Amino acid sequence: MDSNIVGVWIAAFLTLGIMSFLYKDNPWYKFSEAIFVGLSAGYWFASLFWQSLHAKFWTNWSPAVQSLFQGQFDYNLLYTGAGILGLMMLLRLVPPIGWISRWPLSVVVGGTAGLYLINYLVSNAIRQIGSTIQPAVTFPESIGWVQSGGVIIGNVLVFAVLLVSLGFILFGRSSTIDLPTPTKLFFFLIALVACGLGTFYSLSMPLNLTGLIIFMGVFCGLIYFFFSKEHTGFFGGAATVGTWFLMVTFGASFGYTVMSRMSLLIGRIDFLLVEWLKVVK
Amino acid sequence: MRREIPLIITATVGIAYIIQYFIPHTPFDKVEALFSDWLSIIAACAIWLGALNLLKLSFLSVSKRKKDWFFSLVIIISWLTMALVGISEGPGFQEPGTKFDWLYTNIYTPLSATMFAMLAFYVASASYRAFRARNFQATLLLVAAFLVLSGRVLFDELIFGFLPADWKILSTISDFIMQVLNTAGQRAILIGIALGTVSTSLRIILGIERSYLGSD
Repeated sequence: MDSNIVGVWIAAFLTLGIMSFLYKDNPWYKFSEAIFVGLSAGYWFASLFWQSLHAKFWTNWSPAVQSLFQGQFDYNLLYTGAGILGLMMLLRLVPPIGWISRWPLSVVVGGTAGLYLINYLVSNAIRQIGSTIQPAVTFPESIGWVQSGGVIIGNVLVFAVLLVSLGFILFGRSSTIDLPTPTKLFFFLIALVACGLGTFYSLSMPLNLTGLIIFMGVFCGLIYFFFSKEHTGFFGGAATVGTWFLMVTFGASFGYTVMSRMSLLIGRIDFLLVEWLKVVK
Repeated sequence: MRREIPLIITATVGIAYIIQYFIPHTPFDKVEALFSDWLSIIAACAIWLGALNLLKLSFLSVSKRKKDWFFSLVIIISWLTMALVGISEGPGFQEPGTKFDWLYTNIYTPLSATMFAMLAFYVASASYRAFRARNFQATLLLVAAFLVLSGRVLFDELIFGFLPADWKILSTISDFIMQVLNTAGQRAILIGIALGTVSTSLRIILGIERSYLGSD
């Protein structure tokens, strides 16, 4: 029998076995699950044997040992250390001397800490902050009437959002800014005038809308994550705005996750109907 | 000795990596390359440890005839089959046409894809619970997810099919959410994670954080 046909039947049998869990936990599902667990472990065992231990250890260490027997020192002889530490890691399987595995573990932990300290600081902190702090206005070389209208409406909307946010922070129910109402009104009026002037000014100078929104979202989001200070007053208001951005982010991520899982499910149903049963072409 | 030497090793390797970033010249670049290979080899052994431990526990389950020992036997057989076939095939074990590739394509891939596809049902159930507009924040979550989903499927043609072809309202809103609002939230999270990682890494390198060494 053609090995491809056998493969399709085995794949269909195991696919249905996993799907049978939707009814309830049953031996067919457990059988399929056990195969998956065993195959996954075996897959990584074989993959790492060739891709890591053979490619990185054996191909470097073996010639270095041969050179040593010929009276020459090869720099790659230092790979002996990795081999010894790897063996020490496996000694975790022998409980009385399992503590020896802490030595290789500390190499992994120390190396990862040193690597992540720099990489995360450079990539995820400094570069992200750099991308967030952008010029507030842009000067497009050529812009048509329709686009100008869109930009102006957009600018007005941004100022409106800023004013509403400020109003929420000053007068909202969760606001605990301890200032007299006239003072709050004074600040709000200053903001209103500033926004009005900004809108007027922006008629000839288009704002970098997305940049401003992103800056506001990142700033407020970071304030939400700062737990060393109580979330009250201006700080609390900004943290609340931060949660709005975070909720939109989680919603978008959730939507994407739903779509990717649905896509996988459609792929499996497609396999069953097209490749296995051949009822759909 | 059980705790002091691992702490010294951790600090030495961590500092070596940091120095390499600031002085990317010989001998530090060579030390960094060597340590990277060392890490890769030791990490491979760590994953081997997990795989071998699974094999050990499965053997124990079968030998003591524990509950569901038959499934442990299935684990042992599938484990040994995949590993031995992969090792016997040689360095080109993943090339098309090999026995390892046949096992991977016809057994591993369908099982893996179906396992994750099953999550669609649980995600649907979770969505029902999460997407209830109980307060303003929950409403934002609901609306954002709905708009992103709508913008990525054919709703534009179904609902706004009467509009000109290049007026893709839902796609535009979805793109705005993904590229602006989502970017802002993701950046805040990324910067928070980065600061947390930096402080934890420093604690580990300086020997303040020792939980990875265990209690004994």
